[in-house]
Amino acid sequence: MNLESLRDLWLTYQSTVAFIGLNGLLALSVYTTLACGQLSLGQAGFMALGGYTGAILTFHSALPYPVVLAAAALVPALLAVPLGFPVLRLKGVFLAIATIGFGEVVRIFFVNLEFTNGALGLTAVPQRTRVWMIYAALGVALFVLWRLRGSRAGYALEAIREDEPAARTMGIHADAYKLAMLVLGAALAGLAGALEVHFTFMVAPSTYSFARVVEMLVYAVVGGTAIFFGPAVGAAFLTLLPEVLREVGSRVGLQPGPLRPFVNGLVLLLVILFLPDGIVSLPRRLHRALAGRGAAAHAP
Amino acid sequence: MLLRLEDVRRTFGGVRAVDGVRFEVSAGEVHGLIGPNGAGKTTLLNLVSGLIRADGGAISLDGRRIDRLASHRIAALGITRTYQNIRLFPALTAADNVLVGEHLRRRDPLWKRMLFLPSVRSEERAARATALDLLARVGLSERAGWRAANLSYGEQRRVEIARALASEPRVLLLDEPTAGMNPAEVTSIAALIRNLARGGHSVLLVEHNVKLVMDVCERITVLDFGKVIADGVPAAIARDPAVVAAYLGGDR
Repeated sequence: MNLESLRDLWLTYQSTVAFIGLNGLLALSVYTTLACGQLSLGQAGFMALGGYTGAILTFHSALPYPVVLAAAALVPALLAVPLGFPVLRLKGVFLAIATIGFGEVVRIFFVNLEFTNGALGLTAVPQRTRVWMIYAALGVALFVLWRLRGSRAGYALEAIREDEPAARTMGIHADAYKLAMLVLGAALAGLAGALEVHFTFMVAPSTYSFARVVEMLVYAVVGGTAIFFGPAVGAAFLTLLPEVLREVGSRVGLQPGPLRPFVNGLVLLLVILFLPDGIVSLPRRLHRALAGRGAAAHAP
Repeated sequence: MLLRLEDVRRTFGGVRAVDGVRFEVSAGEVHGLIGPNGAGKTTLLNLVSGLIRADGGAISLDGRRIDRLASHRIAALGITRTYQNIRLFPALTAADNVLVGEHLRRRDPLWKRMLFLPSVRSEERAARATALDLLARVGLSERAGWRAANLSYGEQRRVEIARALASEPRVLLLDEPTAGMNPAEVTSIAALIRNLARGGHSVLLVEHNVKLVMDVCERITVLDFGKVIADGVPAAIARDPAVVAAYLGGDR
């Protein structure tokens, strides 16, 4: 294989590689709140705030790109604070509904914002994102979550997820931890939003619909939320799956069409049915199956 | 007085679960809280630990009012507890449950961990060693790596005690610590409670095992229908006609 064909290969798959990273960041942003037992579905709203902040700064200022990205993470993070105070008092499905509401409010705000061209959004956003930047961001996010695990704060989060009142009576300030994780998730979503906008050349409200949040949540659940890198694995798997199916499908002579989404859905269903702890639990499960069930029954 | 309850009241939809309760626990004292089912004992522990709010009265620790504080603040002032219906973190190991209990005592900041500073490493090692010591103290060294959910009932109760002790509380609230335990386990819990008191901890013990209460408590408060019907040393409580009537039934 010569250099020329390597470059062609990269050009063909660059976008897939970029979206594996972007979707990984988004899946992690959902994971931050799931890690302390909160189902917050406002991530598309935070992402929109990041995307628009980034695009507006790029169009209307001469700021260097790292500063633009920092602002795109900061704006949703700051907004998450006043949102978190009332909203984090809610539990379970009520929190989910309230945060969906927040996401819709943000989306409709941008639909009506003439400054950014309303529902059409802004096009011809300069492509300032390089693929390595996406992976640098993903790497930093994974690093932070990795170091969090096993720390004093990490144990506090696990305790809150397992039994919040019991955690409180151990002296854990549950509200502060939940708010911190909401803010962190908002920052990650905002950062991913700005990176995406500067990769796809455009920003429009329709990108930030409720369906987008569901997508992020599915990444996290399919990958597994018991461990911090699970959501990123899920994002990689589900972003690659349609590409692989297309490639395989064309090799075996299948016409593109209804079959591919069907297989996509089937794989999703199989993972949820047979791997409730996500793809990342697969090695452990295989190991147990090979070692025999008896020995594993009482394992820690 | 370390822990003081004055005229504490709490109603649930018209039912006076706790009705004007007053008693005191001094430092290093094992104080029993007994009474028939539904007397308001667990409600009282929930009030002291801040899980629910009192409708009236005052609860103070070392002269400081705590009845309006959030539970994590109350824990930080030195009151931790166990639960009648065991509330361990089931997915965590026994050792990790106790590590969570050390939350208030640990100081290792997150940014140092992010930078891999060696001081954090040694603090973490010390925290884990403390957790293992506490598990040894309740006789569970060999269960340290087991998930809490896989432990027996009695073992789970002992992990809860270790977890509550991990913050070095001044007052430990134990809600029926020996329920579901075998006689040997009960004996070791009794010894542990006496040991704690000697170490300066105060213990407020809710318990149905009357023999245990009589054995380990210096003072006993008896509740019935949310009211204190007797308060005194074990020998006096055992003879008290109101207590006998509450437990055996009769005219009141």
